[in-house]
Amino acid sequence: MSIDLEQFHETFFEESFEGLDIMESGLLELEQGEVDLENINTIFRSAHSIKGGSGTFGFMAVAEFTHDMETLLDQMRNGERQVTELVVETLLGSVDVLRNMLNAIRDGSDIDVDSVAEMTVSIKGILGEENTAPATATKAQVSGVAAKGWVVGFKPHIDIMKTGNDTVRLLRELNSLADTAEVTINNESLPPLSELAPEECHQSWRINLINGDVSEDDIREVFAWVDDECELTIESLAEEENYIGPERRDDDRRQKEPERRKTDRRINKPAESSSIRVNISKVDELINMVGELVITQSMLSRFGEAEDFNAATIERLKDGLAQLEGHTRELQESVMRIRMMPISFAFQRFPRLVHDLSSTFDKKIELIMTGESTELDKTVLEKIGDPLVHLVRNSLDHGIESPQVRIDSGKSEIGVIELSAFHQGGNIVIQIKDDGAGLNKEKILGKAKEKGLVTKEEGLTDEQIYDLIFRPGFSTADVVSDVSGRGVGMDVVRRNIRELGGAVEVKSTPGEGSVFTIRLPLTLAILDGQLVGIGNETYILPVISIIESLQVKTENINAVAGNAEVYRLRDEYIPIVRLYQIFGIEPVSTELDTGLLVVVEAEGKKIAIYVDDLLGQQQVVIKSLETNFKKIEGLSGATILGDGTVALIIDIAGLIELYQKDMAKVVPIKGGGIAA
Amino acid sequence: MAAILAVDDSASMRQMVSFTLKGAGYQVTEAADGQEALTKAKSQQFDLIITDVNMPVMDGITFIKNLRAEANYKFTPMLMLTTESAGDKKAQGKAAGATGWIVKPFNPDQLLNTIKKVLG
Repeated sequence: MSIDLEQFHETFFEESFEGLDIMESGLLELEQGEVDLENINTIFRSAHSIKGGSGTFGFMAVAEFTHDMETLLDQMRNGERQVTELVVETLLGSVDVLRNMLNAIRDGSDIDVDSVAEMTVSIKGILGEENTAPATATKAQVSGVAAKGWVVGFKPHIDIMKTGNDTVRLLRELNSLADTAEVTINNESLPPLSELAPEECHQSWRINLINGDVSEDDIREVFAWVDDECELTIESLAEEENYIGPERRDDDRRQKEPERRKTDRRINKPAESSSIRVNISKVDELINMVGELVITQSMLSRFGEAEDFNAATIERLKDGLAQLEGHTRELQESVMRIRMMPISFAFQRFPRLVHDLSSTFDKKIELIMTGESTELDKTVLEKIGDPLVHLVRNSLDHGIESPQVRIDSGKSEIGVIELSAFHQGGNIVIQIKDDGAGLNKEKILGKAKEKGLVTKEEGLTDEQIYDLIFRPGFSTADVVSDVSGRGVGMDVVRRNIRELGGAVEVKSTPGEGSVFTIRLPLTLAILDGQLVGIGNETYILPVISIIESLQVKTENINAVAGNAEVYRLRDEYIPIVRLYQIFGIEPVSTELDTGLLVVVEAEGKKIAIYVDDLLGQQQVVIKSLETNFKKIEGLSGATILGDGTVALIIDIAGLIELYQKDMAKVVPIKGGGIAA
Repeated sequence: MAAILAVDDSASMRQMVSFTLKGAGYQVTEAADGQEALTKAKSQQFDLIITDVNMPVMDGITFIKNLRAEANYKFTPMLMLTTESAGDKKAQGKAAGATGWIVKPFNPDQLLNTIKKVLG
């Protein structure tokens, strides 16, 4: 029977990378001086699993490399080796090497043999063995080839059955080795029936194996599992034929080394993971839902066949449809949940990152992570990694001061970076908080003026000043380091987050630190939408962006410079955006008091969108404009409504930008033009 | 056909064992650690247990020890998946009541041959 092992590779890689992450975070904990046996055990298990899997699936280079790591970890686990900084550092390095090896194998590229060899030497150096042959390469010992035959004496201990072994099975197997087997049973020690316990074995056997190409090792192999549960003698037939007393056999029997397969097997799999591991309960839930759906469907189909369709059946039909709606929604939610993964997948790289960067910058940093089990869409999760790394690097580089500066300003010399994730009103919020110096307003303003990003400084609120760091081409680092400060950072961060339908903003208090807040939608595929009518068109506003909708009171409208209008809402002045102007549509009315204003917010800015009518709220499936047509400013996508018409979905942040550009054509951007 | 319980914390090993055994016509139930396996073994009778040794929550040896104490599993073959380097694990496993072992790494054919031996 031949089975293609390649089908298990994807799973193997996935769990191996997970294992490496577990090892890494475990090792980092060890480094902080917390020597916890359970932790070492966990690290050991991960290494052990990778070794076992790689051996089984034919990646011998990985198996050999992991073997040494495992040996070292085994010594630590048994308390034979002290957990020193050198050991932890070496193991951390090995994790990197191993990760590179696995990546190379998965992508079908060449393994960096030098780094592997170098790391192997380091580990062996610690283990105290130099240039020893790989320990996995033990060869089975070959002993004398078959003589004419063998005499096997087999006297099991009386408890042999209690480990699930069976003398019949052993004899049958022995029989299969040779052409002829003569079996003599010895029942002498069998107690009388009245005293016989059926679970005990009192017999012994003597087997003459004649002919057949059988070696002594083959015979020992048959009895390998019961080695310590029987007395076994094996003699060549040519020799003495008498039954001689029991003989303990030596322990050099080893399993034959399985045939090694080539390690450089090429697999052409995309590097981005194309599979997803789903908890079985989520799948069960799904199957359950589908079952419900089928029941509802069969119930509804009865109405289609019914001859006498009357008022009573209409009532039942309505009930059925309501049920269908409920099930569809639940099914949709269950399917969405399959794509949800805990954010710890994105967080787990940070302990290592912070560890490495603190030594680069000579800063002392404590990283606190909370809400790691918060779940979000897998696609969002994969794409949020890089922006997060950038923000954490940024906090570490620019935010946290050097230990001396911290002590001078009366703070603890250890800086704290807090990474947290939580749900807030249908969104996922991720915060990166540091207790560093905070953003320097003057420096930002100076830089912004120098780069021509702002012309006038008066009137800009603190938030607006801080927001400048997200503008393209902005960087305030005194020295451009290799970590951050290339000025291509924050704008890319904001753009990436926007592409995910999210937003990022920063709050900062001088001397106390900064907080970067990222808001992300739970999923990219479905949106709670508010349908609005403008002329004959229907547009969709994301419900999460809407603050309120109101009827216009003319006395609250103020015209400002040019043709800009603002609406006074309580103590705020909010710019009015006439959507029909931006999209060039013939509206029902251009009089503000005949329509409605929808106040929306994005990235801390508010606008009031003027629409003809509010049409209703519903969940809409987002279809990408970019893949089907092209990217259009101010729109995040399109959807198909219940009646088959297409409606465009408005990207609020994009719309605000569009509006600002429109206004800028008339008058330059004015501070305070947008209420914060 | 014989019912087999395959216990391993590594999903790829579990998949491989399970796929191989199912392909040979056995009924296979999977468990990710000793505790889960113990619960499953108590709710359904298996003809053979194959278990990894190093697992979180409950390791394979503790699992074998606990299961062997169950009246229903007094004589059921229980095999450990183990590596060559773990010689003392074999002894510990035997002491806990394991029938025998399959040495890792192994390929599907080796697995099936071994299983045919114990299941007859």
